[in-house]
Amino acid sequence: MRRFGKGWRGAATLTFCLVLVWSVVPRLAAAKEPYKVGVVFAVTGGASILGEPEKRTAEMLAEEINKKGGIDGHKLELVLYDDESDETKCVLAVKKLIKTDKVPVIIGPSVSGNTLAVVSECNEAKVPLISCAAAIKIVTPVEDRKWIFKVAPSDSHSVERIYEFLLKKGIKKVAIMTVSDGYGASGREELLRLAPQMGIELLADERYGPKDTDLTAQLTRIRGTGAQALVNWSVGPTQVLAVKNWKDLGMTSMTFVQSHGFASKKNIELAGGAAEGVFCPLGRVNIPELVPANHPQKQVIMAYNEAYQGRFKEPLSAFGGHAWDSLKLAVEALGAVGPDPAKIRDYLENRKNFVGQGGVFNFSPTDHCGLSKNDFEMVVVKNGTWALAQ
Amino acid sequence: MEKLSLGGQLVQYLFTGVTVGSVYGMVALGFNIIYNVTEMINFAQGEFVMLGGLMMVVCAKFLPLPMAFVLTVAIVTAVGVLMERFTINPLKNASVLTLIIVTIAVSILLKGIAMFIWGKDPYVMQPFSGTKPIHLFGAAVQTQILWVLGISAVVVVLLTLFFRKTRYGKAMLACADNLEAARLVGIKVKFMVLLSFALSAAIGAAAGAVITPISLMEYDRGALLGLKGFGAAVLGGLGSFYGAVAAGLILGIVESLCAGLISSGYKDAVGLLVLLLVLFVRPSGLFGSVEASKIKKF
Repeated sequence: MRRFGKGWRGAATLTFCLVLVWSVVPRLAAAKEPYKVGVVFAVTGGASILGEPEKRTAEMLAEEINKKGGIDGHKLELVLYDDESDETKCVLAVKKLIKTDKVPVIIGPSVSGNTLAVVSECNEAKVPLISCAAAIKIVTPVEDRKWIFKVAPSDSHSVERIYEFLLKKGIKKVAIMTVSDGYGASGREELLRLAPQMGIELLADERYGPKDTDLTAQLTRIRGTGAQALVNWSVGPTQVLAVKNWKDLGMTSMTFVQSHGFASKKNIELAGGAAEGVFCPLGRVNIPELVPANHPQKQVIMAYNEAYQGRFKEPLSAFGGHAWDSLKLAVEALGAVGPDPAKIRDYLENRKNFVGQGGVFNFSPTDHCGLSKNDFEMVVVKNGTWALAQ
Repeated sequence: MEKLSLGGQLVQYLFTGVTVGSVYGMVALGFNIIYNVTEMINFAQGEFVMLGGLMMVVCAKFLPLPMAFVLTVAIVTAVGVLMERFTINPLKNASVLTLIIVTIAVSILLKGIAMFIWGKDPYVMQPFSGTKPIHLFGAAVQTQILWVLGISAVVVVLLTLFFRKTRYGKAMLACADNLEAARLVGIKVKFMVLLSFALSAAIGAAAGAVITPISLMEYDRGALLGLKGFGAAVLGGLGSFYGAVAAGLILGIVESLCAGLISSGYKDAVGLLVLLLVLFVRPSGLFGSVEASKIKKF
């Protein structure tokens, strides 16, 4: 009885499958072949705070595009892998995308380390990669990065914007304070490199550990130098600690500028009122409402904001914006030149005036990032929220 | 921006150093209590501090501060007791090294659990008595610093009284002197081990609760605090309570002065350098007894 039951069930499943295949196959044959885009994000693991909004954005955007009839009638198909924030898994995922899935273009990975790990892979296979990570080394030297692009701004753009802002305020004597991890070290390098070029005099160069409990010693030293402004470069608890200590020490007459890592409103909450008057450069995607109505990005950001907030009930992040930009660029290239990796690469390299979430991109054979300092807006913390800095 | 005089700066560095140092000292005390009874190092000590801080943030939301503080210490003490019962106690005849590795495992577990409960973001807490700093000799001093110093002083006094005046305290000291002899005169050694874990968890929790308004707290802060505290415990001589507190303060002040006067990049290195130098000259630590250190395993 039992055996009979199993066999019967098997037969039923088989019939069901046959019927399903029968009904689907003719329709597929009639439609055009789908266009594949390879996607690698850190959906889980340490960098999931980046990968999660990226995956959500990419899937939302793909759904939107397919609803509107796909790319020239070709269905857009995302082949998405989670690299679990792990370099080895990221390399495996990219290999699989290139060899098994045979995608003509890849977007991601989420973080710089993982991107750098797959750069040679994509270059050798001659498949264009549009990274969502920030490190400048991803796209330089450009002759070794023929197939690699990135949509996240570089630290140098942020530093240039900050220095320009300080000079406009008549401030030339500046102290810098950086955290001793990858983020801080890379920011420090740019802060030190650009200061003499832009006419900024650095009076102090302080550092601290990512888990330090108190920064008053560093701040007191900075206070002793007579600097007019302080630039702090860190993410995590120390950037909040810096603000609290600055306030407690009564140093508010010294202009305080944070890096773009301060972007989350959570940081203002954590500082509990101490963040009032703190400046920081932000990508416009972080502040949809504040973007002036006549700015070219206003429309795309507002549309993305509405769709994303309505669906996921969480504020936009720069990371989700990177996914939007990279997928949109890939889709546009597919629509223009079809699924040919070499043609997609050439198309991307010459794309000008692409209005995205991260800024207005102008790619060129010498610049595979395409952003500039003007894609950062200087904001100030006012009444517990962001306001445009004058 | 007016410049701060060198004197004012020095005062500022000293206050910072003493604050950080007294937390190192409290962590070192926790190490010592367990070390004295069991000769092992509990590497989950930093995690007790982290748990204390995060618990305090939660408790202070719906309880007045003193009660929140007591509840926090009680909960973390319970965690310490559970840790001893489920991981240390069941291991019969295990070597000290095995036990130490077990504590590392527990610290990873506690960190993971804390990440699940509280997430990865740091938590912030209002200072116990107002956010307005006091101005002393040109330096700005957060009022919370006084709380940190006060609570650590109270802990030291209470511990001294406990070990000098009470039966249990004396029994624990007896275990520290000679485990076999203590067992022979009828002291329940197993219970003393449990008590030592409860005590050091409580001290860790108190340290975490008072430091959180200054430093913020997140799930993975424990490891570094544990490391610095361990450094202080070794510097002061493992097992010595006054040594632990003094060494914690020395470490904190050296770090802070280095960050202020030399370079903040070398702060951690200088702390470790001082530790190494002392160990070269006096392997038993600043306040440890040379004879005692010869018969101990570590």
